Amino acid sequence: MTFSLAALGPALPEILLALAALFLVLFGAIAGAKSVDTVNGLALAALFAALVLVLLGPSEPVALFGGSFQVDAYGRFLKVLTLLGSGGALAMSVDWLKIEKQSRFEFAVLILLSTLGMMMLISAGDLIALYMGLELMSLSLYVIAANNRDSVRSTEAGLKYFVLGALSSGMLLYGASLIYGFTGSVNFAKIAAAAQEPSLGLIFGIVFMFAGLAFKVSAVPFHMWTPDVYEGAPTPVTAFFGAAPKVAAIAVFVRFSLEALPNVAHQWQQIVVFISLASMVLGAFAAIGQKNLKRLMAYSSIGHMGYALVGLAAGTEEGVRGVLVYMTVYMAMTLGTFACILSMRRKDGMVENYDELAGLARTSPVKAFMLAALMFSLAGIPPLAGFLAKYYVFLAAIQAGLYTLAVVGVLASVVGAFYYLRIVKVMYFDEPATPFEPMPAELKAVLAVSGLFILLLFVYPAPLLAAAGVAARALF
Amino acid sequence: MYDWPILSVVTFLPVVGALLIVLMIRGDDEVAQRNARWVALWATLVTFLISLLLLFGFDPSSTDFQFQENRAWLGDIAAYRMGVDGISMPFVLLTTLLMPMCILASWESIHVRVKEYMICFLALETLMIGTFSSLDLLQFYIFFEGGLIPMFLIIGIWGGKRRIYATFKFFLYTLAGSVLMMLAIMAMYWQAGTTDIRVLLTHGFPAGMQTWLWLAFFASFAVKMPMWPVHTWLPDAHVEAPTAGSVILAGILLKMGGYGFLRFSIPMFPDASLYFAPLVYTLSVVAIIYTSLVALMQEDIKKLIAYSSVAHMGFVTMGIFTMTQEGIQGAVFQMVSHGFVSGALFLCVGVVYDRMHTREIAAYGGLVHRMPVYATFFMVFTMANVGLPGTSGFIGEFLTMLAAFGRNSWVAFFAATGVIFSAAYALWLYRRVIFGPLEKESLKDILDVNRRELASLVPLLFFTILFGVWPGPILEACNVAVQAIVSRADVAAGVAKAAALALY
Repeated sequence: MTFSLAALGPALPEILLALAALFLVLFGAIAGAKSVDTVNGLALAALFAALVLVLLGPSEPVALFGGSFQVDAYGRFLKVLTLLGSGGALAMSVDWLKIEKQSRFEFAVLILLSTLGMMMLISAGDLIALYMGLELMSLSLYVIAANNRDSVRSTEAGLKYFVLGALSSGMLLYGASLIYGFTGSVNFAKIAAAAQEPSLGLIFGIVFMFAGLAFKVSAVPFHMWTPDVYEGAPTPVTAFFGAAPKVAAIAVFVRFSLEALPNVAHQWQQIVVFISLASMVLGAFAAIGQKNLKRLMAYSSIGHMGYALVGLAAGTEEGVRGVLVYMTVYMAMTLGTFACILSMRRKDGMVENYDELAGLARTSPVKAFMLAALMFSLAGIPPLAGFLAKYYVFLAAIQAGLYTLAVVGVLASVVGAFYYLRIVKVMYFDEPATPFEPMPAELKAVLAVSGLFILLLFVYPAPLLAAAGVAARALF
Repeated sequence: MYDWPILSVVTFLPVVGALLIVLMIRGDDEVAQRNARWVALWATLVTFLISLLLLFGFDPSSTDFQFQENRAWLGDIAAYRMGVDGISMPFVLLTTLLMPMCILASWESIHVRVKEYMICFLALETLMIGTFSSLDLLQFYIFFEGGLIPMFLIIGIWGGKRRIYATFKFFLYTLAGSVLMMLAIMAMYWQAGTTDIRVLLTHGFPAGMQTWLWLAFFASFAVKMPMWPVHTWLPDAHVEAPTAGSVILAGILLKMGGYGFLRFSIPMFPDASLYFAPLVYTLSVVAIIYTSLVALMQEDIKKLIAYSSVAHMGFVTMGIFTMTQEGIQGAVFQMVSHGFVSGALFLCVGVVYDRMHTREIAAYGGLVHRMPVYATFFMVFTMANVGLPGTSGFIGEFLTMLAAFGRNSWVAFFAATGVIFSAAYALWLYRRVIFGPLEKESLKDILDVNRRELASLVPLLFFTILFGVWPGPILEACNVAVQAIVSRADVAAGVAKAAALALY
């Protein structure tokens, strides 16, 4: 087999990110603490360049490294999403970390590395590449969670995330080895060819794999780490956790299920139905008691992963399209909401309880309006984007005949609506509290973009739907 | 008919007005408030005037949807489709007519956050008109559900003491009913391959599926209507909402339930409608009698009218599910008439509430001495609420009871007792508020209705009397459309009867 550099072309975005991360860590180490701004700027530029390269990538599906690394429309859609999520989160964190005196050049480098892991995860074509991408992503995330290393809560969050994450990685690895053992290959396509009949060993392998993946998307019953990590980590890090890694984890969940295990779909479908149901219900009920907005968003994200998995449970092309639309909308909602949470700063520091938003509609009407739109969208009220997202996943579920899942899911969304409405209530119905400090420009930008996307998606949804449709077709 | 998209213009003009308020009006001082009021008033008035063109261009003899518009929108899932027929047309006009009155009713009573208030109402108007003129099921659902957001804010921000409780209850009740309808819409899409209402009307769903679809739609419309026993959100919402909010709630939002039954449940699921008709009769009769009795015991004027609304909606559901020409026409008439009458009654309550800031019946008495004009208006609307011949309230009740008598005389009998109760609570309310000696100190210098209030009450009075003596326009407008529904239901009934006969 001859090797030519030109053949690596489709992997250019990943190569670029890897080189950028290596360069920036050297640069930061040599230039010292004052280089933080430069490193942040260059990291953002690298993410942007990777985004452009992804968009310019080959239109035909290509497989590199003997099928370990796949470049296709599905991957492209999700990589764009991931890069936007990482870029948005990084942009939002720069000033915040500076004010909180947690600014370190390693932060941006770690974001780059974990984004690289996510992109490899999205493109993974075999179990080894999957594990490699997952670990690269997770290891960077463990460190970022503990970014505020002088705070007990932050380090605790990092440690907790690491211990539980390592456990789940172990389970995933064990499942992968079982699947390898019973099918004779690590390649998704070859697993699919070998796994025609569900043998006991294969089912065991699937269960362990799914446990590991469910941990990464924080689906019930592997969600316990989420509220603590969300609350303990510095807020921009939480925003990052909520956006990009979730997208990547869902992406690999869907790709692995549908590319490697299409012939035993009725085996894993039950698992997905269960974790999806459990996530939706727990996300709806557990968030009611939360006062801390970050914790609330953690439970909310658990619920939303449940809704996204409804599309996977259907296991059809429509279902995958639903998942893709859902993740796009979810990411916009997460980034927008966290832009608001990040701007909840008073003279004496950050506040995180939702009561603090009291009367926001009168102290800063535009921000309150955007946040209210995001909340209604998270609750899934038409005509906002969150409704369309829910509509697409449930449409696929109904087509696949998953009526119980759909009925319980929509009823859970009514319960969930309660706590989103409560935030609107605090902002619009209550008497104003002390106003917050003015919102920094980058937060304003993120909030404006995501808010307008949520508000206006229903006017002209065709491009997003078409792109998601093309991406979903790539898996079938 | 017109070479410009008149329905879209009517639907989205209010939102344009709302955008104008957002973009043009800064600050929150007196001038800004006045400007916001005027922009809102003009937006609603112009919308009303344009909607009159619908009336002139409408051909009541055609069974087809008119003023149709079709555009691509959500790819294969749904498209932007607009159009009205004889059933939706009256509701569109009712909406555009009531809106300027709502703005007028809020002229002085709303003095905080006026801009936001007007924006909410204008957005709400767009969503309501869109609900009635959608020819696409998903588009209908979006308009139908989207109305929750402005209404949630209207009750929650400008409402009374228990507004938070009331608005959450309103929102969550309605949402819980509607999400099931959303699933039914998806099932219909996969079954029929489209969400085009025109196609779905002729699709013919399998009988077993109809039952489930009917139940899912029923969950939504029964809450919206509201039918007993899921009506409990309505008295709370009515009592806490500002006057204009109550008018819209009673006048239009409740009609969406009845409209939904007429547009979807009966023509699309005729077999299931036939099967469930006894259930609906029972619930309707219970609603008529039970809520009338409850209304008798109320101490809050608004709550009393709210319960009477539930009773009147009982007549509507009863009429609709007789699935006869008289019954359905009567139901449409009753809904339009109730839009005028209950809207007017809430405006009347608003008039005294603005002066006295209480809705306790006990706080009033002898108003006729200080407010003769007001007493006259209140009397006419009370009589219309009771269903006195010569007012529009009579026609609808009479037709629905006539139809019910043809189906099941017991249903008609119980409904008729409800009429007696309604006379009891309405007349008793009138006596306690208007007649009697003027003893309370606070009432001694109360002023009669002013010109602004007259501007909104006079048209309603006019229509209440006009349609009471000349019901033709409404009945003719919906005649052909109702015939189409009835013939579809008759086919289903014929099939059911043939099947029953074949068993013997």
